[in-house]
Amino acid sequence: MSDYVPSIGLEVHVQLKTRTKMFCACPAHEEGTPNVAVCPVCLGLPGALPTMNREAIRKTVKVGLMIGSEISLRSTFDRKNYFYPDMPKNFQISQQAAPLCIGGSVEIEVGGQKKTIRVNHIHQEEDAAKITHLENSSEIDYNRASTPLMELVTEPDMSSPDEAIAFLTALKEMLVYAGISDCNLELGHVRCDVNSSVRPAGTDKLGVKCEIKNMNTFKGIHRALEYELERQMETLRAGGKLTQETRRWDDVAGVTLPMRSKEYAHDYRYFPEPDLPPVTLDAATVEAWRAELPELPAAKRARFIRDYGLPEYDAGVLTADPAIAGYFEATAQKSQNFKAVSNWVMGELLRALGEKGETIADAKIAPEALAALIALVDAKTINMPAAKEVFQILFDRGGEPAAIVKEKGLAQVSDTGAIDGFAEQAIAANEKVAAEFRGGKEAALMFLVGQVMKLSRGKANPQLAADALRRKLQG
Amino acid sequence: MAMKFSENADRMDARYVAGLARMALSDAEAAQLQGQLDDILAFIGELKQLDVSGVEATDVATEARNAWREDVPEAGLARDVALANAPLARHEQFAVPKVIE
Ligand SMILES: [Zn+2]
Repeated sequence: MSDYVPSIGLEVHVQLKTRTKMFCACPAHEEGTPNVAVCPVCLGLPGALPTMNREAIRKTVKVGLMIGSEISLRSTFDRKNYFYPDMPKNFQISQQAAPLCIGGSVEIEVGGQKKTIRVNHIHQEEDAAKITHLENSSEIDYNRASTPLMELVTEPDMSSPDEAIAFLTALKEMLVYAGISDCNLELGHVRCDVNSSVRPAGTDKLGVKCEIKNMNTFKGIHRALEYELERQMETLRAGGKLTQETRRWDDVAGVTLPMRSKEYAHDYRYFPEPDLPPVTLDAATVEAWRAELPELPAAKRARFIRDYGLPEYDAGVLTADPAIAGYFEATAQKSQNFKAVSNWVMGELLRALGEKGETIADAKIAPEALAALIALVDAKTINMPAAKEVFQILFDRGGEPAAIVKEKGLAQVSDTGAIDGFAEQAIAANEKVAAEFRGGKEAALMFLVGQVMKLSRGKANPQLAADALRRKLQG
Repeated sequence: MAMKFSENADRMDARYVAGLARMALSDAEAAQLQGQLDDILAFIGELKQLDVSGVEATDVATEARNAWREDVPEAGLARDVALANAPLARHEQFAVPKVIE
């Protein structure tokens, strides 16, 4: 990949998490039963007038604020004209001349290298209906028509498929954090048009651009880009010429193919939407929306490393989901041992949630209870296997760790008399291993500690058990 | 950002525009529409002669701003009512001639 340099730009369409559609009060995100969330506006019936969903505008502006865009205090809607049955008005209401958010950037990191990806603009628009192609006809469900969409357009600043995926991952993380969108890819909440070109190394002018339309999985985007960049470079290396065109990704064949011009008209004949007056915002409103923004993932990660002394890895895992991060912080506030809290949350808690297919919101174990459990381990009241048993009970039904320890008789045996007795039994039953230890095989001691644990039904303090064994074997 | 709609507005090819709208035109229709389009653009051309140097540019004719609506769902059309307008309905959906090959 050294003789040519790729440039990748993305147009990312994201369905906003609103209760109603963009230009009418029909419920948004109505899945399943077709054509139950429709009205004269989203069916494009003559004479129906659009109204703007203020919440959608607020969410799009918040995205702009998160990435450092300039927010347009006056923006306008335009009609993007095209003829396809998924758009019943024969135009999509979009923003072309004066979009809501201008500029901005997103930081990414690939292979330890940080990079800034510039954003050209973000505009507000509406989704198209869902169309199903059958043998002899196409059928349309207008539930999705006019679902609020934001479209974010980047500059061609990415230079590898990995960078494109890192950008999308960072963006998705931000949008989920701020409650802008659920970004569920299976439900089509995020769709991308992927622009790419290659130019000879050492030159500045961008090469001929090809656009891959309507990608909806990150894996698909990565594969499509790998294929497409290679195709462009191979064409140029063989002395061929590239034409600017729109292609589609065939996931089964693993190739991009040119789209028929019929499928995709380039000439949208934009003109100002006469049915919608301009959107005007005042600076105070924008500032109030800015104040609602949550701490962003990158900032949270840095704070977890700084304030809790966590390794970068832990901070990354804990902040990947804002609810998990919140649970960690609630527990850490009640605990002295931040690293132990991190270990329990990343280990047992995420495992247990995964096994049950639950989210942290369903968890019965209160942050206070987890903190108390950690304190019991740190005070050597219970050992680790017992702590895991208590954890499972707390996870399944909640409660107080101390009470569960008592109820189940899980407190560690730290009574040296009892441990001495177990140690003697263990040595007597395993003379051969004891001899090996005496002969200098240090590892043999661990086997004997295991035997003491077994005899104590897991309750012996392992450190005390080791001490007792050592005393008896060496004494 | 430039307004695309104003680009090359001096001449508009009726057949090309009809093509974008998937309309088949007979020669007579194409000739008639082309004449009408030419007349409209000629009139726009006349408007362009006016001295508007003292007039502030605008993209709206009214003082209205922000046709806001709060994000509260309302019932729309019942499905059978919505589908009653469709030339053809199948599987509770609007059915159209197949649009891809
Ligand atoms: Zn509607």
